[in-house]
Amino acid sequence: MSILINQDTTVICQGFTGKQGTFHAKHALDYGTRLAGGVTPGRGGTEHLGLPVFNTVQEAYAATKADASVIYVPPFFAADAILEAVDAGIKLIVCITEGIPALHMLRVKAAMAESNALLIGPNCPGIITPGASKIGIMPGSIHQPGSIGIVSRSGTLTYEAVHQTTQQGLGQSTCVGIGGDPIHGMNFIDVISRFQKDDQTQGIIMVGEIGGSEEEEEAEYIKAHVTKPVVSYITGFSPGR
Amino acid sequence: MNIHEFQAKQLFREYQIPVPESIVVTTVSGASDATKTLSGESWAIKAQVHAGGRGKVGGVKIATTAEAASQLTAEMLGKRLITKQTDATGLPINSVLIEKTYPIKREFYLSLILDRHQERLCFVASVAGGMDIEAVAAESPEKIISLFINPAAGLQAYQCRQIAFALSLQGEQIKALQNLMSGMLQLFVEKDASQIEINPLVETEDNSLFALDAKINFDDNALALHKDITALRDTAQEDEKENKAKQFDLSYITLNGNIGCMVNGAGLAMATMDLVKLKGGAPANFLDVGGGTNTEKVTEAFKLIVSDTNVQAVLVNIFGGIVHCDVIALGILEALKQIKTDLPIIVRLEGTHAEEGRALLQNAAPNIIAADNLDHAAEQAVSLAGATQ
Repeated sequence: MSILINQDTTVICQGFTGKQGTFHAKHALDYGTRLAGGVTPGRGGTEHLGLPVFNTVQEAYAATKADASVIYVPPFFAADAILEAVDAGIKLIVCITEGIPALHMLRVKAAMAESNALLIGPNCPGIITPGASKIGIMPGSIHQPGSIGIVSRSGTLTYEAVHQTTQQGLGQSTCVGIGGDPIHGMNFIDVISRFQKDDQTQGIIMVGEIGGSEEEEEAEYIKAHVTKPVVSYITGFSPGR
Repeated sequence: MNIHEFQAKQLFREYQIPVPESIVVTTVSGASDATKTLSGESWAIKAQVHAGGRGKVGGVKIATTAEAASQLTAEMLGKRLITKQTDATGLPINSVLIEKTYPIKREFYLSLILDRHQERLCFVASVAGGMDIEAVAAESPEKIISLFINPAAGLQAYQCRQIAFALSLQGEQIKALQNLMSGMLQLFVEKDASQIEINPLVETEDNSLFALDAKINFDDNALALHKDITALRDTAQEDEKENKAKQFDLSYITLNGNIGCMVNGAGLAMATMDLVKLKGGAPANFLDVGGGTNTEKVTEAFKLIVSDTNVQAVLVNIFGGIVHCDVIALGILEALKQIKTDLPIIVRLEGTHAEEGRALLQNAAPNIIAADNLDHAAEQAVSLAGATQ
């Protein structure tokens, strides 16, 4: 198995017909992700990349029963997009958008407290279960199905960890980029607790950054609850000014 | 984004946060006029720079005559102020705030920040005002009180009372503090601030409360929503290279070392700097060319790095995802066409189109050195850059 997504995960894309949405939706389709359509307000009823376009997430969900939504909308519209997905009943929301104002995310998180939906990101590469489903902007080609679960706050550093585990022949079970913004969705513990329960995952790599105290909390959690080996790297050792 | 004290105080006035009467001046004659307009017996002459710690290095002085105010202003204007928060060259003093003084009884600390752990706005208050709050937190944490704001309910009166009683305020002061805190919260939310700090908040002999100093930072991600705030930017207080980088949507921070670094992704950039440090070197900068970069951006990034005269070697570390390595290689070659440099350039390319990128750089210039992995790349950069001066 894997965590959060697999080959059966049905996905819709918000900001589907935009430049970013189009580019990454194509790559996701090439990878084999079950993309069922997308949302662009005002473009409902048309087709894009051979898939249906809907005006609202609610319509898209009614037609596709999507498990997940990936968001590629500009920063000032992202909070709205996340909450629209939550309201429509999407269970896993992956927000790639970078540059969302912190107070927008603060309101989003407060509103999400009443829902069971999971949010990955924003400002993240997304999530991939190699060989099964890719939801995000990571290059699919460097991944390989395998036994290492990777969770990271940084995009390119995740690719570095993926590349090295592929070269070592270990491969990855699932890789989750939780994003580098101060206020974000799933945290290290949310992901690592799932890796601990996942049969396919034999070892865990976590990549952290300076700022905040999530890494410290995670270390406490690992000590108390995780029996699988965890390799951890926290960047930002060299001081700034 | 940072703004000046006088700009922050103007915003405070708009939000009914009490501040002392003051006038900002940019000329010596303006200072003398300001003392007359303000009236009173003594005035604080405050250098306007984007840095704290001004008082300890002569950036805040007291004048008791109009002549002294002019004299002190003349001594400040046009100079650079070096504080513990600036680099060794300091920041230019292009304006001075002339502020009426009041007899002060007590000094407090009050700030409003975004607590990323609680995902709430948080008021932080302390009876230990006028001091470095980090030091207070380390030495006497019991003197600090933190209160979180529920985004749905907003600031409650009891929370203001909690802080008021902790600061031993009485009577009318309690209501005054409540108004002041409401103003801070409204300002923070309406203008997308990232921090508002009043240090010190003072209690005068007649029991009034004033924000004696004012510091506001704004969320860069939200600036495009606030033209009025963006207009307050003072680029003279910012690093020239960092501003140049911003024009090209690059994230650049000047550091003190001699190895210029060009990396894609903030995390990988920090990891590269860590590795340089581990190998005994020192990075000259942090530079993230971003996820969706192009040849032009890479060219500008490269020129920016080389324009730093401290740089003795350049280390390029790219993991191609969306960014294709050959695009990076073309950007470097274009930069080398535009500017001549003999500096050693150590390049490590990995990921999408890495082979194509390496092929482009091979034999393109004698000072380009291909590295097969990051470890070797950092080692070579450190040895070729030599010791930091």
